[in-house]
Amino acid sequence: MTVHSFQEHFDSLIDRELTIEPRDWMPDDYRKTLIRQISQHAHSEIVGMLPEGNWITRAPSLRRKAVLLAKVQDEAGHGLYLYSAAETLGVTRDELYDQLHTGKAKYSSIFNYPTLTWADMGAIGWLVDGAAIMNQVPLCRTSYGPYARAMVRVCKEESFHQRQGFEIMLTLSKGTEIQKKLAQDAFNRWWWPSLMMFGPPDAESPHTEQSVRWRIKRLTNDELRQKFVDVTVEQAKVLGLEVPDKDLKWNEERGHFDFGAINWDEFWNVVKGNGPCNKQRLETRKKAWEDGKWVRDAAMAHAEKRKAKKDAVKAA
Amino acid sequence: MTQEINKTNKSEWPLWEVFIRSKVGLDHKHAGSLHAADAEMAIENARDVYTRRMEGVSIWVVESKFIHASDPGESESLYDPANDKIYRHPTFYNLPDEVKYM
Repeated sequence: MTVHSFQEHFDSLIDRELTIEPRDWMPDDYRKTLIRQISQHAHSEIVGMLPEGNWITRAPSLRRKAVLLAKVQDEAGHGLYLYSAAETLGVTRDELYDQLHTGKAKYSSIFNYPTLTWADMGAIGWLVDGAAIMNQVPLCRTSYGPYARAMVRVCKEESFHQRQGFEIMLTLSKGTEIQKKLAQDAFNRWWWPSLMMFGPPDAESPHTEQSVRWRIKRLTNDELRQKFVDVTVEQAKVLGLEVPDKDLKWNEERGHFDFGAINWDEFWNVVKGNGPCNKQRLETRKKAWEDGKWVRDAAMAHAEKRKAKKDAVKAA
Repeated sequence: MTQEINKTNKSEWPLWEVFIRSKVGLDHKHAGSLHAADAEMAIENARDVYTRRMEGVSIWVVESKFIHASDPGESESLYDPANDKIYRHPTFYNLPDEVKYM
């Protein structure tokens, strides 16, 4: 086959909503974009453990602690599914870690905000995981097979994450005056960064068209953001909390909520590394990786030694 | 350069493919992959990564380098022999309506 017919075959798989598998021919840009997108997602899961890890030892009850531990463990699992999917595209795990640790690769900027109170565990589950689910459900039908299959697993597990967060918010908002205040304060701080999670507006997102064509993105940033606002505003009513946006208004004509302007300067500033916790998150990650080196080496040495012993017994 | 690559690869645990039997009586199905120092660790890691919600009753692991796969570029010629043999399917045969349960 010539490059031209390879391209034709690839395009026809995309057009027929079929999946591309690791050994299929694919355009270089498709491969590169996927590696970037999947690894960014994997890094987000891994770094995303840190803000919540902060509260495991201080969870208010054994039940909350067990739930939070299970959620953080799920996030580690999600990171691993996604790293494996990225590796099928010909990049090694060490290269991916290296890109994260040197700051070459990005992760979701929401994890650069601090978790100040227990209510933040509720807000993160409800809003951050809610936004993530909104983003991820359409990716279960993405064109790259290993990525789509990883996303199916992730989405299945993620819905408990959002529910446990909402439950925390509900308990607090039905609690004492102080508890309700904590819930509202967490909502105020996480609402806008959650809206930013969907990425820059479509007009400033130059790769969207190509990514939609390749089916590695199924809805645009603005479409997903609107969906999230519409759903979440209704949920806030159930909680009896106030959405921290004075411009929020139902638009009868559009059939959607209108919402206020997002502070994109803040978004870009955090992306560039100047958020409240960027430095701390990366340092924690690097330290965990470096401190774990002797364990990885020891496990490998142990495996080699055992294998040598086994081989010697076989030879004898 | 080659040395550099060898150095990074040495520190990385080998890659394993994980197959899981989800229920007694079913076959093992590919679930994904992971890194581990040896087979024992691969099975333990597979339990933690792929069966946190009782998704399995049995786990197989095999080092990824031992998997051999067909070439998607040659799938046309590879499956060609089966292409024109519709008589291998029961629907190829016409039976009178009176014949039931066959």
